[in-house]
Amino acid sequence: MRDVAVVGIGMNKWGEIWTKSFRDLFVEAALMAIDDAGVDTLDSMTIGCMTGGLFVGQEHLASMMADYLGIKNLPASRVESACASGGLAFRTAYIEVASGMSDIVLAGGVEKMTDVSGDGATYALATAADQEYEVFHGATFPGLYALMAVAHMEKYGTTRDMLSSVAVKNHHNGSMNPNAQYPFKISIEEVNNSVMVASPLRILDCSPITDGAAAVILTTVDIARKLGKPIIKIIGSGHATDTIALHSRKDLTTLDATRMAAKRAFDMAGKTIKDIDFAEVHDCFTIAEIIVSESLGVFAPGKGGVAAQKGETGLEGSFPINTSGGLKSKGHPVGATGIGQAVEVVKQLRGEAENGRQLKNNPKTALMQNMGGSGGSTLVHILEVA
Amino acid sequence: MFPSRIWREKAQRYRLEAGKCTTCGYIAFPPRLICPECGAREFETITLPDTGKILTYTVIRVAPSQFTDEAPYAVGIAELTNGVKLMAQIADCEVEKIKVGMEVVIEFRRVQTHGSHGVLSYGYKFVPKWY
Repeated sequence: MRDVAVVGIGMNKWGEIWTKSFRDLFVEAALMAIDDAGVDTLDSMTIGCMTGGLFVGQEHLASMMADYLGIKNLPASRVESACASGGLAFRTAYIEVASGMSDIVLAGGVEKMTDVSGDGATYALATAADQEYEVFHGATFPGLYALMAVAHMEKYGTTRDMLSSVAVKNHHNGSMNPNAQYPFKISIEEVNNSVMVASPLRILDCSPITDGAAAVILTTVDIARKLGKPIIKIIGSGHATDTIALHSRKDLTTLDATRMAAKRAFDMAGKTIKDIDFAEVHDCFTIAEIIVSESLGVFAPGKGGVAAQKGETGLEGSFPINTSGGLKSKGHPVGATGIGQAVEVVKQLRGEAENGRQLKNNPKTALMQNMGGSGGSTLVHILEVA
Repeated sequence: MFPSRIWREKAQRYRLEAGKCTTCGYIAFPPRLICPECGAREFETITLPDTGKILTYTVIRVAPSQFTDEAPYAVGIAELTNGVKLMAQIADCEVEKIKVGMEVVIEFRRVQTHGSHGVLSYGYKFVPKWY
């Protein structure tokens, strides 16, 4: 396998983007990544998108996005793994370059979620759960993560304030991210008193409905050197699945696909969690960030909430998580989220994060974790400054 | 919603039929074609017990359209007396009184009404044992 680096990143402002179409959102981010890399063409493209069909009635993204990107006959594909579609696109592009099949590949992600009503979005997102044995009974995504939250609170004593501290920290970080959907700070009291969605999760525990796209350019380390870009090398890629239904899992307080994907990425990289300087993780709900931090091995089982409350995951903490603002503040255009994580990781590793959220002490090694559904699929990647 | 989709699940929703692996004893609900524990492909049909206890629950206040009239409603995961876990609504109780560890009985209920044609879907719900 060849060594692969990320040489270009592109991401537009995320939010309720009524003025831009599905195709323009994607092409805008893709062009930013192409310009950033300084490449004049692509060998291939892979796009993460959860459900263009349900959100805007548009499938066949390979054709549409290659067409509007203006590269005739470009080999392109769309991959889907619910909210982990972006992470899967990243891995697919990585494998394609590492294998020698292609030299310059764009990995992108896109979702246009606000052209449907809130109810339409709830329906579309729920397709990531078990339709006949979860959704049939009235379960929603906040509901599924609420079931994990209650189990975690019962088993480990995780508290309301611990959940809230995750949202407060991510909004603090996101307030410094010009691309974030909700770039403002919130307080513990505001989270604690926000509207209940699915107990114990309140609206400010939940990531929003978002329009957005992101793209990165992957190539060999040799080509990256010729382009004169900082070499951000992909040293580990891990992928795992778990049961589609939450109730089929032996333990409701851990995320086994995250644990296994991380193990595979660490084994490939020859690293452990102690070698990682910071991480972007899938905080679709506050409880998710807590459980993910435990399943990755950053904190012991049951200690993720306490650590978040103590500030261990803040910008100045022992293990910063979601310097971008995470899904919570930056937004969660589901298929784009995994690529959005890569954009932040590369910015931090290049020392280019805006507005004072750049980590001190020149971080060298980063991890990103992107999961689908209630954790039924997970991608973990480890990137390092070469 | 085509009736065939509802009809296909009737053995599980109406009769709680599960598949028990004849090699290792794993119980699959719904039934599966291959055992995720041992890889065997032979199952015998069994009926799940109708009692268990709540492992976790949530009260849903922002509901999908076919459930908005019922919100707030509780959804929980129960572990049955034979160890099988499944998800269902927790009915016939004040949602504030639901607790982890609470004993429940599975009862046959109407679960939802599909779309403007109003096809009724029946299935199981958890009901607190003390009621």
